[in-house]
Amino acid sequence: MSELYAKTLTEIRALLASRAVSAEETVASCLARIHATEPQIQALLSVQAEEALAAARAMDAQGPDPEKPLWGVPVIVKDVLCTKGVPTTCGSRILENFRPFYDAFAVRRLKEAGAILLGKSNMDEFAMGSSTENSAYHPTRNPWDLSRVPGGSSGGSAASVTACQAHGCLGTDTGGSIRQPASLCGCVGLKPTYGRVSRYGMVAYGSSLDQIGPMTRTVEDNARLLQVIAGHDPKDSTCADTPVPDYLAALSRTDLKGIRIGLPEEFWAQGLDPEVEAACSAALETLKSLGAQPVQVSLPHSRYAIAVYYIVAMAEASSNLARFDGVRYGFRDKEASELMDLYVRSRSKGFGEEVQRRIMLGTYVLSSGYYDAYYRKAAQVRRRIREDYENALARCDVLCGPASPVTAWKVGELTDDPLKMYLMDIYTISLNLAGLPGMSLPVGLGKESGMPVGLQLLGKPFAEETLYGIAAALERATPPLGQPAAL
Amino acid sequence: MKISPEQVARIAKLARLEPDEAKLTLFAGQFESILNYMDTLNELDTTGLEPLYSPVTHATVLRDDVAVKTARRDDVLSNAPESDGQFFVVPRIV
Repeated sequence: MSELYAKTLTEIRALLASRAVSAEETVASCLARIHATEPQIQALLSVQAEEALAAARAMDAQGPDPEKPLWGVPVIVKDVLCTKGVPTTCGSRILENFRPFYDAFAVRRLKEAGAILLGKSNMDEFAMGSSTENSAYHPTRNPWDLSRVPGGSSGGSAASVTACQAHGCLGTDTGGSIRQPASLCGCVGLKPTYGRVSRYGMVAYGSSLDQIGPMTRTVEDNARLLQVIAGHDPKDSTCADTPVPDYLAALSRTDLKGIRIGLPEEFWAQGLDPEVEAACSAALETLKSLGAQPVQVSLPHSRYAIAVYYIVAMAEASSNLARFDGVRYGFRDKEASELMDLYVRSRSKGFGEEVQRRIMLGTYVLSSGYYDAYYRKAAQVRRRIREDYENALARCDVLCGPASPVTAWKVGELTDDPLKMYLMDIYTISLNLAGLPGMSLPVGLGKESGMPVGLQLLGKPFAEETLYGIAAALERATPPLGQPAAL
Repeated sequence: MKISPEQVARIAKLARLEPDEAKLTLFAGQFESILNYMDTLNELDTTGLEPLYSPVTHATVLRDDVAVKTARRDDVLSNAPESDGQFFVVPRIV
């Protein structure tokens, strides 16, 4: 394809900077692509077409600004991030008419870098889900096969960037919500170290787990987005005041000599789908051919990660979502006669089923008599999980394994069994509990399903550049997936 | 552990939610299987182990205790379901 929308972020950035193309042409190309693909994949919840074109024209009138690394580049962000004057629904009816009066830190950084916001991407309601079927508005479809899910909860962002609707997207990852949909759709998704990117302006789900990260078509594009959104923000006390390295400089390594790749035995065990194992094993052979040295490691407490995760996440969600009460913003039931009735009616009608299920489970595990048995116990096992990672990463540079146990499943296949759906996050969840960085990058198509398979690289705290260096070398040595088969 | 629809209703009340009868029964069954799965944590002896509530390792830095105007009243009220221009309006409390 020679259309502008098909260019990588890195390519379009260079064309814009040299004035070979205008910002308006670039935005118009992506809007046309959205128009052509959105009826099939439904990756978006809103499109700000007129605003984006107006911003592009204004920028063209000024000319490219070398100080702005994303000058004129169209981007889309997950609808969990506040965007000034633009709907921010979080995939929920309870925030259907919510228009924040401020930008999230990451969104502000994108705008300051010259990026143009095209729209907001679909997501599981309040980021609770693994398939984007829990959106209160509509499910998103996988660009490789429209009968399959794109993963979740950042499935809208993954489908959107894979379908070339924008040159880069932002997602959020609480238990794998960037890496798992990136794997299922065949794009590059990075969950940064907890504290690397400010969460200011992100609608909170599990506050000790949530992290914002880039989703792109290439590793280099990904590094360019993280470079812009990473950094200290005094408005988020959990955001680290740690220098941001030059991520692009890390991409130049041509071999992996001296790199030790840890293979957690629990990630390569039984239960892994044969076609996923085959693609990931082939990628591992490529890593070895580049000079990397495999090291067998173990994460003995990883079998407890899903139980720990859902206790912690649901407990934090029940607290965070208490703010949605129909008083200051969001849906209010008009029939309420008194204040308590207002809370109950507004929340019962505004929240979807999965959100209500998680709020109630969170309330249960925090309630009197159960706090020690569930929440405190989970937090203790969480420490063991982090110690496992520290011990494993002391013996190697990164860990490596599949991002998802299976390729994308059929729409509706798991919706009646929440526990089975929760188990789909088995390879991603423990990383959030430990607060470490992780990336999924496409390594091939499943032999049977023809669907993308993602390999996951997991790193030490604030060592995103190590992940980028290894991922870039692997990407160069791996045949590209090509265009999504369904579009 | 057996979870009854009545127990779910009590939890729902604490959470300011009110699922209908069919949902209470559905949730009871689902909660039972999810909580049974979570009970696998009891296999581990965690006596004396310090809980990890957050992965943050840096010390929290406090701001100076100075009042700063961060938002305009109009902006704060702009998404209110009901306001009188100065305050949020809610139904009567007593």
